[in-house]
Amino acid sequence: MIRDITIGQYYQTDSVIHRLDPRVKLLGTFIYIIMLFMMKNPAGYALAFLFLILVIKLSRVPLKFILKGMKSIVFILFITVFFNLFMTPGEELVRFWKITITDRGVANALTMTVRLSLLIIGSSMMTFTTTPNELTDGMEKGLRGLKKIKVPVHEMAMMMSIALRFIPILLEETDKIMKAQMARGADFESGGLIKRAKAMVPILVPLFVSAFRRANDLAMAMEARCYHGGEGRTKMKPLIYKRRDAVSYIILAVYVVLVFFLGRHAMFKVW
Amino acid sequence: MDLIKARDVLFEYIRRDDEGNVEGITTALDHVSLDVKQGDFVCILGHNGSGKSTLAKHINALLYPEEGSIWVDGINTRDDEKILEVRRRAGMVFQNPDNQIIGQVVEEDVGFGPENLGVPTSEIWERVEESLKAVGMYEYREFSPNKLSGGQKQRVSIAGVLAMHPKCIVLDEPTAMLDPKGRKEVVRAVRGLNQVEGVTVILITHYMEETVHADKIFVMDKGKVVMQGPPKDIFSQVEALKELRLDVPQVTLLAYELKKRGLDLPDGILTVDEMVDELKKLKGI
Repeated sequence: MIRDITIGQYYQTDSVIHRLDPRVKLLGTFIYIIMLFMMKNPAGYALAFLFLILVIKLSRVPLKFILKGMKSIVFILFITVFFNLFMTPGEELVRFWKITITDRGVANALTMTVRLSLLIIGSSMMTFTTTPNELTDGMEKGLRGLKKIKVPVHEMAMMMSIALRFIPILLEETDKIMKAQMARGADFESGGLIKRAKAMVPILVPLFVSAFRRANDLAMAMEARCYHGGEGRTKMKPLIYKRRDAVSYIILAVYVVLVFFLGRHAMFKVW
Repeated sequence: MDLIKARDVLFEYIRRDDEGNVEGITTALDHVSLDVKQGDFVCILGHNGSGKSTLAKHINALLYPEEGSIWVDGINTRDDEKILEVRRRAGMVFQNPDNQIIGQVVEEDVGFGPENLGVPTSEIWERVEESLKAVGMYEYREFSPNKLSGGQKQRVSIAGVLAMHPKCIVLDEPTAMLDPKGRKEVVRAVRGLNQVEGVTVILITHYMEETVHADKIFVMDKGKVVMQGPPKDIFSQVEALKELRLDVPQVTLLAYELKKRGLDLPDGILTVDEMVDELKKLKGI
């Protein structure tokens, strides 16, 4: 059961979005999120929505698959709506007992719901269409300018990709340790939260020991294969911008301009 | 010419207590000297703690001798500036396949070594292809390593070393964690490399059956090389091996026991075929 957990799920298919340079997708997602917070009227959100629909259509990721991922955030959305709806001061609309709903509350709840949904779907579109490997590669190359101010970009990217490689191995190991403990009478399922958390200690200790041992072995194996940091290293799969990447950057720029022009225009302002 | 030359190598593991005082010293390598010829298939046998893994790490410059020296292809492993040269020439495969695969896709892992060496991109792809073909894993190049069996993972590790175009591969108990099928796959791949590609192989192992085709065997005990020679000479000394708590291949043991009971068999029978031939000779067929 523990192996069903997938972090940064990737949806395997062939599409323009999948083939885009990861740097485009990283920057695109980043800008998309910032733009969501720059908007001031419904026209802006409509624009963001249309942009997302375009990306989803192009990516060929089924809508069902995307919405399935949304299920987990319904709870967060609900809490946001609840607090915004009942806690915002403003002109009173409805009132019963001690609870009041104001016009500002309704507006805030609506905006937050739309904004959060777009934000989460938008950023998960990146993980749906980019393998973790491409992501780390994209980060390493996209941020290589930071090397000048002594940010260890290569090392960070290498750490990330190794961490991702070891997630399934460590999950499998956790499963093994749990089963070994259960075979000797350990109980992970009954009791309250605190009791169950305490039961995790005998799992974590051997897991940490084994993780350190693995790390030591891996470091030695990397050294044996001449790893000596990012200097003088070539790439098996270098990132090279293609025409479609240039086109995407242009589309992105147009989107930014449109958001600034329409999304912040007073003409469409409702509240 | 000797590819690997070790002279009087001494290495000690020093255990310290919390205050840094020396608690005890274990001599892992006790004045070891040995020579490995280019193109040979060499096996190193020994009980746990005999120093064979420590020796392997010396060949790859992961550890340095405290006294004495090791030369790989004429380069002293202590020469800090040439350390990458040493590691490129003497590749190393470790015991646990999971802990030495770095890439998330088979082909990327094989490309890791050449990437570190600064090989141009197009040549990396050529090297990856030829290495994966040499170990018979080319069809799996786009797989995730997590989906492979132990034997397959170990073959990928070997390909990863091979892609650096080494003169010599050191395998430190590569089959210890594998099932019999995986063990066979790996041994077949290693022998293929030695015979077809002419790579010098140094195989460290517990399994006697893997050593019968070797050109030379070194037997280690308590940090010393106690026996060396071709398999026939080594395995004819059944009593001496038993004293070192080492087994001999089953067929050799059978021949030895039969000889003790009075059958006229020669010493050092290593394979079933040899045994059959000798028995036929006895019966006069």
